[in-house]
Amino acid sequence: MTQSQGQGNVQQQKMQQDMQQEYKQLVKNVKPRPPVLKNTILAFLVGGAICFFGQLILWLLKKQGLGDKEAAAATAATMVFLGALLTGLGVYDVIGKYGGAGSIVPITGFANSIVAPAMEFKREGFVFGVGARLFTVAGPVLVYGFLVSAVIGLIYYLIR
Amino acid sequence: MEIEKKVGQQSIRFVKPIVITSSASVVGNTEGAGPLADTFDWIVEDLLFGEQSWEKAECKMLRESAKLALRKVNLQEQDIDYFLAGDLLNQIISANFAARGIAIPFFGLFGACSTFVEAMLVASILIDGGFARRVLLASSSHHNTAERQYRFPTEQGVQRPPSAQWTVTGSGALVLEESGNGPRVTMGTIGKVVDMGMTDANDMGSAMAPAAADTLVTHFQDTGTKPDSYDLILTGDLGAVGKAALVNLLQQRGYQMGENYQDCGMLIYDLERQDVHSGGSGCGCAAVVFSGLILRRLWEKKYQKILFLATGALMSPTSAQQGETIPGIAHAVVVEFN
Repeated sequence: MTQSQGQGNVQQQKMQQDMQQEYKQLVKNVKPRPPVLKNTILAFLVGGAICFFGQLILWLLKKQGLGDKEAAAATAATMVFLGALLTGLGVYDVIGKYGGAGSIVPITGFANSIVAPAMEFKREGFVFGVGARLFTVAGPVLVYGFLVSAVIGLIYYLIR
Repeated sequence: MEIEKKVGQQSIRFVKPIVITSSASVVGNTEGAGPLADTFDWIVEDLLFGEQSWEKAECKMLRESAKLALRKVNLQEQDIDYFLAGDLLNQIISANFAARGIAIPFFGLFGACSTFVEAMLVASILIDGGFARRVLLASSSHHNTAERQYRFPTEQGVQRPPSAQWTVTGSGALVLEESGNGPRVTMGTIGKVVDMGMTDANDMGSAMAPAAADTLVTHFQDTGTKPDSYDLILTGDLGAVGKAALVNLLQQRGYQMGENYQDCGMLIYDLERQDVHSGGSGCGCAAVVFSGLILRRLWEKKYQKILFLATGALMSPTSAQQGETIPGIAHAVVVEFN
């Protein structure tokens, strides 16, 4: 390749990049923005409602005489069960549509992210379907959750 | 003297009459609840279509639409020279598995959501070239098969951004013949793959619009036509965002799109009432809108000459995860009925 050809290619690449940049700007102008305020308020309300419900269960269990630790564990289990049940009934995805992060972050969202693939991939069998893909959505959360907690634990150990 | 079939850079002219003699459309319940409900042949309320999986349901839809298109004109499988079909799934399983039950020599096609027009082009070329007298073609998509392949499990509680599109559940089929009465495919423009560096899989419209603009401008230049040369210019599934991007891109190139420009993805749903965000998408979108509404309007003589352009986003879940940009393609056909 001669030098002038090489320069031509560089110029062409530059032109292509400029065109792409210009197009990105164009798309930015025509693309509707997500209704952030509405989404935030809905996430607050839905997430808040889920947590309030969890709190109610916790109070109820404590009132029935369970200790702090047992009541917390039983509450988590109950909420996971409810999240899974609502996913199975085809309700949780509707809640998620409005709730956004408000229904993803609580433990019910975790249940949803496990049960949804389990239901979806059951047709590929129990080994390669359910077994292999159960954690497709929740897997990264677990992996990096464990990793970060280990790192934080280490830091805590060192500075204590 | 033989008439030149190649026109300009990328366009072709068909010399033989390529007649659309039959069409059929099968759709799901969301499409059946939309404004085009009465233009579809068969609205399936059960998204599983009596099958064990979404994939099997989509395959059945494609098969049934193809068979229905044949039944409408009393044709048997042995009367057809080729069956052309495609869909969105890996290894185009809907088309391949539907073809298993249809005893016609088969070409499987993949052009993502542009497949329907790609099939119309290939069918017309086969007929015009004298390799076929009759060709059956179909393309399909299914909301749930597309969701689980490209995005999330269907029951996952996720929020979709306003630019996201809703994959159409449905399949459209046509029979093209070298003679008969009906709208005719007279020209075509074969698109190049165009990539403007878009990466947002929740905004396929903007990824495909540059390809649509490229094919449209080339078509206008090749054929010496303008946007108002057509009663209707119809894109396949750009949706609201992609449509706006295309109008802007064409304006930059000196073409003003008018009232005669429509998009199948916006026609098939009621964007206000149905929760589909930017509109419909998928191989089935252009297929069922054309097979239903557009052919009906052509028969009613509301349109005499239309330019039908289907766009495809040529990405896969793997390419998207590896950070690849989304290449687009757009193929166009001119359909006339005088």
